[in-house]
Amino acid sequence: MIGYLFKRLGLAVLVALTVSIIAYLLLHLTGDPAVALAGEGAGEADIEMIRKTYGFDRPLAVQYADWLWHIVRGDLGTSVYFKTAVGPLVFSKLETTLLLALYALAFALCISVPLGVLAAIYKNSWIDRLCLAIAVFGQALPNFFFALILIMLFSISWRMLPVSGSGTWQHFVMPAIALGYYVAPAFMRLIRAGMIEVLGADYIRTARAKGLSPSTVIFKHALRNAIVPVVALAAVQLGFLLGGSVVIETIFALDGLGYLAYQSITFKDFPVTQIIVLLLSVIYILLTLASDIANAWLDPRIRVA
Amino acid sequence: MSISTNTPAAPAVQTLSGHIPKPVGSQVSRRRTIWQRVSQNKALTIGCGLLAIIIILAVFAPFFSPFDPYVQDLAYRTVPPVWYEKGTWLHPLGTDQLGRDYLSRLFYGARISLLIGISVACISGLIGTTMGLLAGYFGGRADMIVSFLVTTRLSMPVILVALATVAIVGSSLWVVIMVLGLLKWDRFAVVMRSATQQVRSMEYVSAAQSAGASTFRILMTEVLPNVMPHLIVIATLEAASAILLEAALSFLGLGVQPPLPSWGLMISEAKSYMFFSFWLIAIPGTALAILIFAINLAGDGLHQLFSPEERA
Repeated sequence: MIGYLFKRLGLAVLVALTVSIIAYLLLHLTGDPAVALAGEGAGEADIEMIRKTYGFDRPLAVQYADWLWHIVRGDLGTSVYFKTAVGPLVFSKLETTLLLALYALAFALCISVPLGVLAAIYKNSWIDRLCLAIAVFGQALPNFFFALILIMLFSISWRMLPVSGSGTWQHFVMPAIALGYYVAPAFMRLIRAGMIEVLGADYIRTARAKGLSPSTVIFKHALRNAIVPVVALAAVQLGFLLGGSVVIETIFALDGLGYLAYQSITFKDFPVTQIIVLLLSVIYILLTLASDIANAWLDPRIRVA
Repeated sequence: MSISTNTPAAPAVQTLSGHIPKPVGSQVSRRRTIWQRVSQNKALTIGCGLLAIIIILAVFAPFFSPFDPYVQDLAYRTVPPVWYEKGTWLHPLGTDQLGRDYLSRLFYGARISLLIGISVACISGLIGTTMGLLAGYFGGRADMIVSFLVTTRLSMPVILVALATVAIVGSSLWVVIMVLGLLKWDRFAVVMRSATQQVRSMEYVSAAQSAGASTFRILMTEVLPNVMPHLIVIATLEAASAILLEAALSFLGLGVQPPLPSWGLMISEAKSYMFFSFWLIAIPGTALAILIFAINLAGDGLHQLFSPEERA
């Protein structure tokens, strides 16, 4: 177990380092980041000044090492647009985005678990087909379009929820639905497949033969076993939801990391963008690391591989 | 696979047992030819049918469009579609905020979505399939490197990296295609890797190896044709996902640039008018949903067709 732990940890660090290189090089895609930072209509002198201030005149490897060294020491740089330190700026928005992703995940599980179980119990019946149809329709609807429909219904027609902004729990309802419904079909398919497999197992037949009530068999014996792979998928999907928050938070002007990322990109505030890319990637790496370790702890077979 | 073995058995049972059992004709005489399996597959027929209609409308857009999609007529701004009271058959789906015919823009927009879907699937498919084939066939160090690259790629949020890259390089249709193509190879690599691992242990691969075929030849003529079904299914899913990503990028203003009629851009441009003219966003949104629905349905159908045993 210890050996596996170290191996998995080393991989995570290596991946994080590679991501940091890519995040850093993003800014240098056009060749000269000073020109990109200066924006249109900047004079040669301005560009030269920016080049000096940010140290773009040094070799690329030195620049990267310097940038990474500052991050390791906790100095995440200064925002070009907001004129404040990037660290406090980014971390003040992190809570909103994490909450949004968790609410979205909870919403996705709330619809996918019952539907997946129903579809498995009534396999190949009209209920199963209806659940599948909901899944296929759900995945076809672009989430930004769905978000606009939600605004039209809940805010404009029924005046139940605020259109945009952040602060109260009401501000999270529509963003969480708009973000969460899109990952629900993946969970539903996984739970359906898992339940069908488990329901055919011998111990379920035994439990039924003992005379246990159908609900006990399904929820206590079957669902418990079918839900194990869902945990691994949840970790992956949470990372996806954090990335997807860029679109949804921008639509609802929800003051989180995604909205900040969008602002930083449109204002060409690349120090902020780089840190957000890096931060979201590191969160994803930590999530998958935690889920892998949890799985290895639960299932000894994985540790050997 | 073949069910034809029970065809001769059925009459024998009838004659042995004294009475004549109920005819089970449809089951006994069913010959599962490819065409029958295709036509019985509802998901595949509906999906491909819808897709064919959209492709025809896109390819022959100049023929079907009543107007030029770029010509503005400021006297006819936000004319509602024909099913509204003030609608007119002159503009069946109305006009947008600049007086451009919405139906024509919708047809031309289909071209952009299809172009994005096909080219991104080709670029990322080429990258991902190469990586997956190498990792699955050679294993060992090649497998480690590819797995590492996939893990790294998966840990970066696609939409954020795409947005940032487009913002730095400058947004145009080709930049969007290249960026998405270079980002979305992960699922190809993962699926091709495991499919190749399965095929590699087959006897026909060993036979080709012992016959002295070169590795490149084995990969191209033995492995690739046998993992092709998986490749096609992933390609459809990735095309759909690329179309949705382009729409999201364009919606945020960092994808396809005006005046091109990308469906995502149409929704974005009409956003501020949606409270009074909801159809301005509903029409391109529905078009996007139908296209993605058609592609996903066709992909599901192909999946069932290629591996019928997987879906219980």
